[in-house]
Amino acid sequence: MIDTKQKSLKGGEFIIRESDPTSVFIPEEYTEEHKMMASMADDFLDAEVLPYLDRIDSMEEGLMKSIMDKAGELGLLGISVPEEYGGFGKDFITAMLMTEKMGAGHSFAVAMSAHTGIGTLPILYFGTAEQKSKYLPKLATGELKASYCLTEPGSGSDALAAKTKAILSSDGKHYILNGQKMWITNAGFADLFIVFAQIDGDKFTGFIVEKNTAGLSLGEEEHKMGIKGSSTRQVFFADCNVPVENVLGDIGKGHLIAFNILNIGRAKLAGAALGGAKRAIGLSVSYANERQQFKLPISKFGAIKHKLAEQAIKTFTLESALYRASDQIDEMEKELLAKGLNPADSLLGAAEEFAVECAILKVFGSEVLDYVVDEGVQIYGGYGFSSDYPMDRAYRDSRINRIFEGTNEINRMLIVDMLLKRAMKGSLDLMTPAQNIQKELMGIPDFGNGEETPFSECLTAVSNMKKAILMVAGAAVQKYMMTLAKEQEIIMNISDMIIETYTSESILLRVQKLSTTKGSDELTVYIDMMHTFIYESADRVNHAGKSAICSMADGDELRMMLLGLKRFTKMHPYNTKDSRRRIANVLIDKNTYPF
Amino acid sequence: MKILVCISNVPDTTTKITFNSEQTEFNTSGVQFVINPYDEIALTRAIEITEKDGGTVTVLHVGEASADPTIRKALAMGAHDAIRVNAAPRDAWFVANQISNVANGAGYDLILMGRESIDHNGSQMAALVGELMNIPSISICKSLTLEGNKATVDREIEGGKEVAIVETPFIASASEGMAEPRIPNMRGIMSARTKPLNVVEAVAVDTLSEIISYDTPKGRGQVTLVEADNTDKLVELLHTEAKVI
Ligand SMILES: Cc1cc2nc3c(=O)[nH]c(=O)nc-3n(C[C@H](O)[C@H](O)[C@H](O)COP(=O)(O)OP(=O)(O)OC[C@H]3O[C@@H](n4cnc5c(N)ncnc54)[C@H](O)[C@@H]3O)c2cc1C
Repeated sequence: MIDTKQKSLKGGEFIIRESDPTSVFIPEEYTEEHKMMASMADDFLDAEVLPYLDRIDSMEEGLMKSIMDKAGELGLLGISVPEEYGGFGKDFITAMLMTEKMGAGHSFAVAMSAHTGIGTLPILYFGTAEQKSKYLPKLATGELKASYCLTEPGSGSDALAAKTKAILSSDGKHYILNGQKMWITNAGFADLFIVFAQIDGDKFTGFIVEKNTAGLSLGEEEHKMGIKGSSTRQVFFADCNVPVENVLGDIGKGHLIAFNILNIGRAKLAGAALGGAKRAIGLSVSYANERQQFKLPISKFGAIKHKLAEQAIKTFTLESALYRASDQIDEMEKELLAKGLNPADSLLGAAEEFAVECAILKVFGSEVLDYVVDEGVQIYGGYGFSSDYPMDRAYRDSRINRIFEGTNEINRMLIVDMLLKRAMKGSLDLMTPAQNIQKELMGIPDFGNGEETPFSECLTAVSNMKKAILMVAGAAVQKYMMTLAKEQEIIMNISDMIIETYTSESILLRVQKLSTTKGSDELTVYIDMMHTFIYESADRVNHAGKSAICSMADGDELRMMLLGLKRFTKMHPYNTKDSRRRIANVLIDKNTYPF
Repeated sequence: MKILVCISNVPDTTTKITFNSEQTEFNTSGVQFVINPYDEIALTRAIEITEKDGGTVTVLHVGEASADPTIRKALAMGAHDAIRVNAAPRDAWFVANQISNVANGAGYDLILMGRESIDHNGSQMAALVGELMNIPSISICKSLTLEGNKATVDREIEGGKEVAIVETPFIASASEGMAEPRIPNMRGIMSARTKPLNVVEAVAVDTLSEIISYDTPKGRGQVTLVEADNTDKLVELLHTEAKVI
């Protein structure tokens, strides 16, 4: 198994196939234009956002709106909008890079990504020609600002259970909306609301609702733990007349909009988390270099080095996985375009193909950021707990990412659910490799020839993690069949194994590719990050696998699977203290996140 | 109005400066280069002038191909085309000769540049080029307004300002205040790729100076605080520690 090489994998296929490092995109391959756009975004944040964070968070009247307008003037709101609608028609990688850059912008990042993502994309991908030409040019410049109303007081994770109703008026010209939406980002200043409602109580459908529509009203701003500057309100509809031409997409097909937009949103959330993480690391390392205790900068202490290194390792891994997947989405989009699909369906199809990867990124990205800001607070010590220092805001603002765009629990379940559905449909053959694992377990283990390089060790480790997944997931499917969905704890375990594997493989592929262009001195720190991440990832795969196995098997089967798991997660002893010190020293020397 | 703006490519202000082991060369590896901030001010003013009165802005850089991203950024900000003299910018005399060689006879009404580059801080360029081209050169200008071929400039001088009136063609070096650099927009960035960047070869220039070595400033010493009424202690420290009396 795991030997068929092909240029580009399909979604989810990483579990059963290897990728060729030359086929993955790595951030070191940005074009000059990418870099120029990135530096423009940095300049924008430095000039227009970061100096005003306190004022933004105090919800100063009109401020967020005016910053959005400035972003619009620079073209930052039209990156993904096609040129024919006044945007720049950039590919997914470019859009991701800009999302990452803006991700360091706290509440502004949320406002902007809600506008450009869940606010604008439903019209771009599901709108009629008239809707697109009416709204997109103004959304691309920021003249109109958008929000997305899916969640209701009674339906969060269970989004399709929304109760908001739409009934066709007697003259057939309007839908009359009645209901209540909850937690709506940008509601306070939005001109457009993408609203989901049940036509006749059972046909879940999207609508474009303009702000001045009679019957639409807003609740007060919610009081939140973080992203305090981002407007979040309830939106009420009381006999709100929406013209029939504002129905978005097909009647009864609202779930297609909601779920497809979420795939893209999840990957973008990981992008924003990456931007936030890089900024938080920069702050952490410069603080650690400055703060003296016991007559030494605290960055000289091993305990602090450990934190700095771990922040960097996780963030670098996230970046590797994020842009690997973004490129896969771009490539698939091109493929679908070449097959004759229109641009909207091509990107949606591509994002759907990689929906598993998008969910992985969402979970991993939000948890990496939470780790980074948590240790950021710790590195700042008491000053991390003070609102006069930046880590307090970073810590509070991070937390929402594990909740919206599908909670991390929902996303973890989706990862496994989507893979199994593909296996059932026959589009992803998990069965054959899973059976091969069974055979392999009966045979004599391969002890290798002893001579290992970091790459060969990590390659084996990643390929073994895949075997561990197939073994555990295969057993779970066999045991529970149709009732597996009820064993959420085991699904979470399997999902964690999958997330570990995808991210481990991503950092491996990136460093393999880097090894063809970087000299051995320069490469050291990258190999250190890769080896440390994968070494500990193998342990985490073991941990998750063990709790799944012990929860579902007993007797000989239990013993055999535990032995198998041990075999599949074993690596040669590795000195992570030294490697983390080397990594931290690079950060400390450069006084920033330098990768 | 035909304007030439000279830009240099300098390490980002946050760069940690290090040298090679012989202390004769600046280590450029891993360093982020940017348009010299003062040149950026000059460029912004030039773009403002042509936006208002029409005309073209050409940016000129003396340097190697590694500086092309910096030149593209100038194009993204709104310059119309660019020229790069393909040679390492050895010293001020060399660069001034290259600039005057490009500008001579090319019909520029105005040549703008920053008051100094933030790497070597020589502050010689405007004067050197003016001399080589035999046209007026005004340095450290805080504002520049044009009416026809007459320009009014405010100069920064010790303790005040000086107002000068000068006719084109002339050279001015820009200081803070002349313009507020803008962030290039998406349209600018996307059009930068298609704007002409002409590479020309350098003319031969005598080498008049040579870098012997570089050094970084010594770290600041420890500060010892002495109570205001303890002058004896102060005198003692000045004798024994500072050894200045
Ligand atoms: C600041 C903010 C901004 C938001 N912006 C928007 C917006 O612009 N538009 C919009 O439509 N929505 C928005 N939301 C809503 C957000 O998407 C929801 O809060 C989220 O989907 C979770 O729904 P819930 O809050 O109802 O939690 P619940 O669904 O009640 O979940 C509570 C807990 O139960 C778990 N859980 C739920 N179902 C299951 C299950 N089947 N199995 C296991 N565990 C489960 C969840 O993981 C979670 O831990 C926003 C929310 C916040 C806080």
